Amino acid sequence: MTRRVIPCLDMKAGRVVKGVSFRELQDAGDPVELASRYDQEGADEVVLLDISASREGRRTLLDVVRRTADVLFIPFTVGGGIRRLEDIRQLLVNGADKVTINTAAVEEPLLLRQAAEAFGSQCIVVSIDVKRVYVGDRDVPGKVVIDTPEGRCWWDVYIYGGTKGVGIDAIQWAEMAVTLGAGEIVASSLDFDGRKQGYDNAFLRTVSERVEVPLIASSGAGTPKHMLDALVQGKADAVLAASIFHYGTYSIREVKKYLAENGVPVRL
Amino acid sequence: MPDIIILDYGLGNLRSVEKAIEKVGGTPQITSELKDLRGADGIILPGVGAFRDARANLGKLAPALLEQGVEKPLLGICLGLQLLFTESTEGGIYRGLDIIKGRVVRFPEGLKVPHIGWNTLRIVDKDCPLTQGLDSGDYVYFVHSYYGAVENAREVVAETEYGVAFPSIISKGNVYATQFHPEKSGSTGLRILRNFVDIVRR
Repeated sequence: MTRRVIPCLDMKAGRVVKGVSFRELQDAGDPVELASRYDQEGADEVVLLDISASREGRRTLLDVVRRTADVLFIPFTVGGGIRRLEDIRQLLVNGADKVTINTAAVEEPLLLRQAAEAFGSQCIVVSIDVKRVYVGDRDVPGKVVIDTPEGRCWWDVYIYGGTKGVGIDAIQWAEMAVTLGAGEIVASSLDFDGRKQGYDNAFLRTVSERVEVPLIASSGAGTPKHMLDALVQGKADAVLAASIFHYGTYSIREVKKYLAENGVPVRL
Repeated sequence: MPDIIILDYGLGNLRSVEKAIEKVGGTPQITSELKDLRGADGIILPGVGAFRDARANLGKLAPALLEQGVEKPLLGICLGLQLLFTESTEGGIYRGLDIIKGRVVRFPEGLKVPHIGWNTLRIVDKDCPLTQGLDSGDYVYFVHSYYGAVENAREVVAETEYGVAFPSIISKGNVYATQFHPEKSGSTGLRILRNFVDIVRR
């Protein structure tokens, strides 16, 4: 099975933006244009995330989804601000193949079961934002504590765009999300996002070994080597990245060529 | 005038199939009307979701589909392929359209299911008009947990490996079907749809 390389477009008010640790946003272009360029460059899939996620922005989002889906002949995933079944239905009707759910899934886990029953698990992706909680030598009952190169830690789930920690163990949450009906998991790390130092491979590996569905690594890619590490050390099934592609630092084709040269099966 | 109808029976992302057919020069129409089915030159049976619901939703369109599907080119996509089979084991035993003899079964234990992502074709019937211009090793996009095990090996046009070798393209007379999503398979998928449009216009 080939590993996927997925460019992610973070969108606000109809424009693609990029920031560090979900803040300090800069303009990075038109979503429809970028998505189409990525398709031609060999992207395996495109993800569009509406990070403004306001009610007013909803119509803009649906319009962008529709126009993007019209020019994209590879899988297209859309997320941001999904609260109800109706939000999901609207995105699918406008051309999204899958949706990613984050905050609403944590606050209302049964939404996942209802969504999987209504639309099929194959289009329900759960996105999990995590932050490490270092514990030193202490034991923490009820949490999955892992030894990482940076120290012993567990991972806390964050919602509302990475602004609110909820004290839930992210690894257990990933397992539960799959039980409820998630067809894929996207894992993003607040510790690693935007820093271009690599993905949180210890977290990825732990989740990948425990869930049966594909795992998509997000946050932290600065070089193709970081992506290779996420796929090999982190055992992820796909890598997602934003700024590394938007600013033309590396093209998708370059990344895939590098992965292939290092023994990772990719679609070239 | 539309020449290819995309059968809307209440499931799935029909818009992408419609846009892809337009992209390769076809004139598609999404419809759930029997009369449109009769008037079309070619039919696409799409589908995402569960077999049982899809078969139930297909309801009264099924007899017409059976009759029209042997007269004019029909392309089943994903669940649309599975519906052509004798029966499916998804969530019980459910009867299909029985155009293709065989059974729809789940992937064996120990694999990540659904089978999601890009995988390769191994073309076994090089004369099939649907696969003209394609080569073994070309990538297409899959999303499914079940596959159709055909009884008659001659109906297999291409196979794909995922734990087991399963039929990824099948054909029987005027009936063609892909287990993957050609409308989501980049240039390879568009080529398959262009071939289907050519078959319809032949």
